[in-house]
Amino acid sequence: MKLSGWGNFPVIDARIHSFRSEDELRGILRETSACIARGLGRSYGDSSLQREVIATGQWNRLLHFDDRTGLLHCQSGVSIADLLDVFVPRGWFPPVVPGTRFVTVGGAIASDIHGKNHHSEGSISSHVPALDLMLANGDIRHCSPEQDAELFWSTCGGMGLTGLILRAKLQMRPIETAYIRQELRPGRNLDEILAHFEDSSSWTYSVAWLDCLAQGRDFGRSILMLGEHAGPAELSHVNADQALCLSAPRTINTPITFPNFALNRLSVRAFNSLYYYRNKSKTGTSLQRYDDFFFPLDAIIGWNRIYGRRGFTQYQFVLPRSAGSEGLATIIRTIGGSSELPFLTVLKLFGSEQPGLLSFPTEGYTLAVDFPITRTLFAFLARLDEIVQGYGGRVYLTKDVRLSAASFRSSYPNAERFAALRHNNDAAAKFSSLQSERLEI
Amino acid sequence: MTQVLILGAASDIGRALAHEYARAGSNLYLTARKAERLEADCSDLALRYGIQVRAIEFDALDFASHSTLYSSLDPAPTGVIYVAGYLGDNEKAQSDFSEARRIIDTNYSAAVSLLNLAAASMAIKRTGFIIGISSVAGERGRGSNYYYGSAKAGLSAYLSGLRNRLAASGVTVLTVKPGFVATKMTEGMPLPPLLTARAEQVAGAVFRAQQKGRNEIFSLWYWRPIMAIIRSIPEFIFKKLSL
Ligand SMILES: Cc1cc2nc3c(=O)[nH]c(=O)nc-3n(C[C@H](O)[C@H](O)[C@H](O)COP(=O)(O)OP(=O)(O)OC[C@H]3O[C@@H](n4cnc5c(N)ncnc54)[C@H](O)[C@@H]3O)c2cc1C
Ligand SMILES: NC(=O)c1ccc[n+]([C@@H]2O[C@H](COP(=O)([O-])OP(=O)(O)OC[C@H]3O[C@@H](n4cnc5c(N)ncnc54)[C@H](OP(=O)(O)O)[C@@H]3O)[C@@H](O)[C@H]2O)c1
Repeated sequence: MKLSGWGNFPVIDARIHSFRSEDELRGILRETSACIARGLGRSYGDSSLQREVIATGQWNRLLHFDDRTGLLHCQSGVSIADLLDVFVPRGWFPPVVPGTRFVTVGGAIASDIHGKNHHSEGSISSHVPALDLMLANGDIRHCSPEQDAELFWSTCGGMGLTGLILRAKLQMRPIETAYIRQELRPGRNLDEILAHFEDSSSWTYSVAWLDCLAQGRDFGRSILMLGEHAGPAELSHVNADQALCLSAPRTINTPITFPNFALNRLSVRAFNSLYYYRNKSKTGTSLQRYDDFFFPLDAIIGWNRIYGRRGFTQYQFVLPRSAGSEGLATIIRTIGGSSELPFLTVLKLFGSEQPGLLSFPTEGYTLAVDFPITRTLFAFLARLDEIVQGYGGRVYLTKDVRLSAASFRSSYPNAERFAALRHNNDAAAKFSSLQSERLEI
Repeated sequence: MTQVLILGAASDIGRALAHEYARAGSNLYLTARKAERLEADCSDLALRYGIQVRAIEFDALDFASHSTLYSSLDPAPTGVIYVAGYLGDNEKAQSDFSEARRIIDTNYSAAVSLLNLAAASMAIKRTGFIIGISSVAGERGRGSNYYYGSAKAGLSAYLSGLRNRLAASGVTVLTVKPGFVATKMTEGMPLPPLLTARAEQVAGAVFRAQQKGRNEIFSLWYWRPIMAIIRSIPEFIFKKLSL
């Protein structure tokens, strides 16, 4: 069957295996050589692509929930969407959510995902007290920051390359309502938005949308979105007993794969201006449903098809805080001056680094830019890699589809330690993705 | 409070049905040959929907156990769904009667044995529903799977007779004829993607049909016209087709 990541590139022929029991999974591992786990396929590139893929869709049960402490135990194919549906009405929220609710717990841990609260609460691995992993030989290992810590910290952020995550514990956070108090702060240029970030560290959630194509005194203009779980007293429009309940979200479908020319510099510039001025006029505080705040793109089902048949990728990098303003300016200027087409661009300030061997976040600024794939894009991104690495930064593997093995090795300092662990427990011979082959992990 | 018994609940279709009924607030009895396989499902369903779930061991081929099993269910089921099925090896069944018998017994005889018990209990209370998961394979015998097909044909005829018998008592009987469904049973088979349903789609259609008191559904719906065409092919032509 034809398979690709969220970016619709590359498209490969793959055999998909699913399992309903540990024994069934063991059987699949015995019979396949190179294989990789796959959750909901929301990684952008080739992280969950291989000729043999092990899908966790049938492995999605909630096992236990302690409603006093909020500690959840579940199988790895459970999605964040499931968790929201089940637990928000009971007053609990996942500790970290990405920009879409359609990711699995296994995929989230394997990418050690970060959310809008990274600066305040870290990436998801900080909220995973323990997990069970099936190794290449079919053995199951229970690991945690205390027990078998090396395996734990190589699995969190390890992109499925240490084994298959079977089950995980997840520490949920209590909420009182299903709403977010949002504050919008426009930044007229890059310096202003970075200052806003520095001033807003007490907010739980923060992220900025940035216009990569704005020039002159508008260079780096952005809208900072801050958020906090709202308390019941803030809800004037809903009854107290409905504070945790939302009606089903409104969604629309993307009816067709757009032709390649639909997105061009003109339409992106127009979109950016529209977006900037619309939100600038809404500056101030408002109350948002949590899904509108966290997952605005989920309202448009299949939005990845607007990028046309060639697909797209997201270039997400992080720069150390010290490189902040200068590094970001150089990169944004390079993007703006190129012939490539940066569409949605998101800026965020990360908090401190976690111990995951291949975890992406380090303290500093991260920028994520969507690009439609063109003949020249990958060469251009390789140029950006050099700039990013020059400032001591690196790119996010779960979004990547084209990084070189050399760049990977030089920007992820634990690459060798990770490879050694993979070699020692035979994971290297069993678990590999097109990405790990390319990066020689 | 409805209390639904799903026979064959660890199957993909059975599991999807469990979610449909649990979402609607039913308490559940789930069966599998090894009850421990249902442990995770029990906690999952109870956690998601706040219902009560019990896992029960059930072997279709152990006929002697059926009546003890059914009478041990307290409270008695208000709905019973027979999902268990066995595709089997058609070629093996040609020369090995034990394989043929296993196909017939799992898909047909055991369903008769259990649904007899359900019918008796519901007829007295004059309420309840029975659902049998048959198959489009029962619509016409094909050279490549006529043991399975004939057992499903038997099941469909049994269900239609049962419906007729119970019509006056207020107990409803629904016959479900799925076409291709992507499940463990069909994994690895080259099924045409456009004609293949997901187990959740079938379960959703079954739930809605049962709620409306319908008699028979094809799932997905387009299998009704497809099977009408296949049934209308004259036998002298049909026998020469390689199917
Ligand atoms: C619209 C959108 C917004 C996003 N926003 C964010 C964001 O804000 N922050 C962020 O960090 N990420 C974000 N992402 C990326 C996404 O969170 C990650 O790619 C995540 O890993 C996807 O989960 P998945 O279940 O789809 O996994 P897949 O894409 O199927 O797999 C991703 C990786 O996880 C591995 N994996 C999956 N399941 C298992 C398992 N059970 N055991 C071991 N390995 C496994 C795979 O092998 C692969 O390497 C976003 C993606 C999209 C499409
Ligand atoms: N998949 C399709 O394309 C398709 C099409 C038409 C009809 N159907 C019918 O749909 C139903 C569900 O099938 P599925 O596709 O979901 O397949 P499945 O996952 O293979 O399920 C088979 C089910 O039958 C049970 N079973 C088999 N032998 C049994 C026995 N001796 N005693 C008790 N239970 C037994 C299994 O129980 P255990 O858990 O104990 O193994 C399992 O629950 C079947 O009746 C099948 O014929 C399927």
